[in-house]
Amino acid sequence: MTPALTYSSQHRWLLSGLLIAIVLLSLAPSVRLLVEALSDLGQGRQSPLWQTLNSASTWRALWHSLYTSGLGMLIALVLGSLFAFAITLTNVRGKSWLVFCFMLPMMIPPQVTALSWLQLFGPASPLLKSIGMAPPLGSPQPLYSAEGIALLLGIQSAPLVFLALRTSLLSLPRELIEAARISGAKQAQVWGHIILPVTRSGLIAGGAMAFISSLGNFGIPAMLGIPAGYFVLPTLIYQRMANFGTGVLAEMAALSLLIGLLALAGVALQQHLMGRSRFGLGGHSGRSHDFTLGRWRNLATATLVCILLIILVAPLLALIVSSLVPAVGVPLNANTATLNAYTEVLGRQVATWRAMRNSLWLAGSAAVVLMLLSLPLAYRLQRLPERWRGAVLSAIEIPYALPGVVLAIACILLFVRPLPIINVALYGTLGLIFVAYLARFLVVCVKPVSASLAQLDSSLEEAAQLSGAGPWRRLGGIILPLVAPALFAGGLLVFLLAVNELTVSALLWSAGNETLGVLIFNLDQGGESVLASALSVLVVIMVAALMLALSLMAPRLPKGVIPWQS
Amino acid sequence: MAELGISGLDISGLSMAGLAIERVTKRFGEHTAVDSLSLQIQPGEFVALLGPSGCGKTTMLRMLAGFETVNEGRIQLGNRILASSETHVPPEQRNMAMVFQSYALWPHMSVADNVGYPVKLRGLRGAAYQQKVRQALALVELEAYAERMPQALSGGQRQRVALARCLVSDPSVVLLDEPLANLDRHLRATMEHSFRDFHRRTGATLVYVTHDQSEAMALADKIAVMKAGQLVQWGAPETLYRQPRTAWVAGFIGQGSQLRVAAGSPGKHLESAVLMRGLNAIESERTQTVLVRPEHIQVSTAPSRSSQLTAQVESVIFRGERYELSLRLPSGETLLAYHHTAPEPGSYVAVSLDQGWCLEPGA
Repeated sequence: MTPALTYSSQHRWLLSGLLIAIVLLSLAPSVRLLVEALSDLGQGRQSPLWQTLNSASTWRALWHSLYTSGLGMLIALVLGSLFAFAITLTNVRGKSWLVFCFMLPMMIPPQVTALSWLQLFGPASPLLKSIGMAPPLGSPQPLYSAEGIALLLGIQSAPLVFLALRTSLLSLPRELIEAARISGAKQAQVWGHIILPVTRSGLIAGGAMAFISSLGNFGIPAMLGIPAGYFVLPTLIYQRMANFGTGVLAEMAALSLLIGLLALAGVALQQHLMGRSRFGLGGHSGRSHDFTLGRWRNLATATLVCILLIILVAPLLALIVSSLVPAVGVPLNANTATLNAYTEVLGRQVATWRAMRNSLWLAGSAAVVLMLLSLPLAYRLQRLPERWRGAVLSAIEIPYALPGVVLAIACILLFVRPLPIINVALYGTLGLIFVAYLARFLVVCVKPVSASLAQLDSSLEEAAQLSGAGPWRRLGGIILPLVAPALFAGGLLVFLLAVNELTVSALLWSAGNETLGVLIFNLDQGGESVLASALSVLVVIMVAALMLALSLMAPRLPKGVIPWQS
Repeated sequence: MAELGISGLDISGLSMAGLAIERVTKRFGEHTAVDSLSLQIQPGEFVALLGPSGCGKTTMLRMLAGFETVNEGRIQLGNRILASSETHVPPEQRNMAMVFQSYALWPHMSVADNVGYPVKLRGLRGAAYQQKVRQALALVELEAYAERMPQALSGGQRQRVALARCLVSDPSVVLLDEPLANLDRHLRATMEHSFRDFHRRTGATLVYVTHDQSEAMALADKIAVMKAGQLVQWGAPETLYRQPRTAWVAGFIGQGSQLRVAAGSPGKHLESAVLMRGLNAIESERTQTVLVRPEHIQVSTAPSRSSQLTAQVESVIFRGERYELSLRLPSGETLLAYHHTAPEPGSYVAVSLDQGWCLEPGA
């Protein structure tokens, strides 16, 4: 064997080792959960799984989960497909702004969405009070209901439907529509006969993603459901853990298994349905097929803007108003307006700075570590056979696809005892949240890098190889500079998601280790909705700024890396 | 595929109407894609729009179909104005059909549904509909594939489904957008046959866009050569080959050499004697460009007579039925000629030119 071969095979073994380690680590939490939930089956009717399945509260929560997620999915389908069809196929005005604003709810943390809608309605709404339209004291908050939860879940997941449908609309070859028109089809017939059937897979995918994401959502049902005593599976787990601690872990593992299976069944169903209705489309695609709206153009644009005003601007306005009043229930006017909440939150609350430091540290280091891992991982993945690549991607996708509560329970199970050999206890430290973030967001960082690598012509690397560059040299000198924008975008996306994360950290935090998401949640639960609003306003500003930064990078990234641009 | 059976398709249903394109201009922002183009297309004519990529031929076709509006001028079918700066008949009301480069078969419909879609939209149902679809499929010999999905067909079969879909509704004009561009060489030759056959049997007016001059020459009754949005020449393939208007058309169509002579004027034939004398004049007097096709050049390896030129052989390429010689004339100009044997590169041969065609100066 020549020295060069030894060198390159050493390189390959190292990367393969890394790949296998990462896959095992991604699977470990789920496997641990499975073992915990199934281990005591031998006890028969005494086993936690059996007891959980026999408990009425389990089935009630399961039904609540299915009801709110199902209704939320329908709302998301209506909103998402309206925007996708209008923005992709017609000549409405201001498309890029409409897209940006429509995508914003997906990136705003759910607890902030819930808080802002709570500020919009109900007798204590500072916004309604300021314009004199508040209902009398004592009237119920309409959002504290199953339908309220479903509405917000729908708004939060509508961008998922939008994205899936838009992608499939953009890949619809222009000629298919032109061929129908020259065959004599009118615009309405083109929609019904060609566009809808061909893009059905996008609709199905979007609907399924909206359902799965709603199923795992914690922030919205926690803020709206817990006060009303309306529990869905994630909030039931949270409530039990908050009340009984690690003593009920075995039961919680059983509940987690239930919801995890539900989510994975959703994924499987989606894959199955999509496989049946996916077409290999030939021809030129990419350019949008403008349906000219003529005199309806301004009306259509105004309709979309109105919807955005209702689902995005009004709640955010309510949030801002709430952050400027001195106390809950006081109307906002020139005399009452005050920045006290901001000075209180930023100046006096030690917890704010601590939570911010924790969140920034967690999100920042998770982003950096994942960026470092993603390049070699994606590089090795690119060289695997198709079938294996799919399997590995599924394995690292599991911690992200599972509801956050499930991952949190799995991580507690995995780390509740000190790690063997090195004897380090992760439970109760920031380290546990950090490890959970690494598992959860790995796929978010790997996907853009993989997409970018797939676009690279392999001859670029082969040319370097012929020039005498060894494998590490090629990775650093050729591949890295070319995929750097995608790598960086992946890191930013991880940061964006992690810095506002609530679902995982809600179960994993401990005193002194709270994150921004947990802090807003706790402030609101403690009745400090003015302070929570002020903090939320800051969070929304940060999210919008990060999204804008990513948008500015868009021209240098492969298509589809930035979710809200295409 | 050699013979397309045409049992009982109603040919007389094809409405006979000429297509008139009058000073049509299309601008995309600053860029003028089609510049004041005029063409008169007779009913039943097979017309090719030929030109290099970016010359505006596809834009012209899309304006005929109605996918693009017209900035100036107008398009008229028979007595009906299809497009002008004021009017725009949408594609669905033009009664045209089109074969797309990608064939554009709808992936969620079977072959029969694809083919029948245009007549279904025209309200045909039941037995009459079935009959129409069967006939159209029979014309392209795909009856056996009626229930297949388009994805299960080969490239050539998809092409034929697209053709059948064009036929089924008896369109006034059939538009074809580089329909052979995605096929391999062998299949191209077969499809060229079937296009000609198709045209002969249906008598439809066909407008065919291509950048391949040999394809256009083989298929079309008349060719419109386009360059940078403008019509350079409009004529039968033979005319374009024998009497190209400009040096650019001469270079684009067929092979040949362009020499400077002191004789003739643009649009004139030059006989052998005049041509040879003109070639021998002094440099400053040789101002007219003349096109000499290789088949009009006699090459002999015997020593040259006074009426002949002496040329040095620069390279020899074997082309099967003959050798292609690149010759250097005393004036320094190169000359492309055919010969049945291969002279040594570097040797000298005697050359006489039978005739030449004088070209317009400039582009």
